[in-house]
Amino acid sequence: MISVATLFDYAVMIALGSLCLSFLITIYRIVKGPTLPDRILGLDMLVAIAIGFIAVIGIKTGYTLYVDVAIALGLVGFLATVAFARFVMSRGKTEDDILTEVRQAAADARREARTANKAAARAGGDRKGRPGPVPGATGGGHGHD
Amino acid sequence: MTEVLTLISALLLLIGSVFTLIAAIGLLRLPDLYTRIHAASKAGTMGSCLVLIALAIHASDFGTMSRALAGVVFFLLTAPVSSHLLAKAAYAVGYRLHSSSVRDEMAPTDPK
Repeated sequence: MISVATLFDYAVMIALGSLCLSFLITIYRIVKGPTLPDRILGLDMLVAIAIGFIAVIGIKTGYTLYVDVAIALGLVGFLATVAFARFVMSRGKTEDDILTEVRQAAADARREARTANKAAARAGGDRKGRPGPVPGATGGGHGHD
Repeated sequence: MTEVLTLISALLLLIGSVFTLIAAIGLLRLPDLYTRIHAASKAGTMGSCLVLIALAIHASDFGTMSRALAGVVFFLLTAPVSSHLLAKAAYAVGYRLHSSSVRDEMAPTDPK
């Protein structure tokens, strides 16, 4: 017959293990997260997992001073998420919008460089006007991407 | 009596940590931002609240118990607000739902 204390120790160990696993999974989502709100959500989840960790450590060691820290951490996480949401709102564009803008700007710059090079070649068309435009155009495009 | 309380505390601990793990798996596997918010804000809050309640049951003194329960109440109050704000900001800015979503109740143009 297994005793209650042993059972409790096993429960604490399993809780610590699964909290560790969820911490790592959430960090993976934050690193990978395709958009900014995904990362903000991951940080919010990280705060929740940290509060769970503090509670489990308080149960395991009896050192419950950190429960105050957990409440303060919850407050900080809440305010951080609200502030980040305001930031997402005030930025006003998604990652796709930013990519489209950058590609548009790169295409415009490339076209402008091509016309400028063509004009220069027409103006002084004696020496190497041909190899000039190609590296200039491709370099400009890659630099903007 | 103490043993019963210890067993209840262990049970709450297990359920809470499994809820947190399920929330993290949902965060990893679900396809778009809004479904991920759905996983993290409900299951994640549930998980850490259950672990805090386990601490409150396990604690012997009244101070720790009341602080843990205050933490639960505070967390239950703030988590829906923050995740709702995040989802609303993301939707207003224009982050799209996943293509397998069946309905968008907030779609702006539906003249009737």
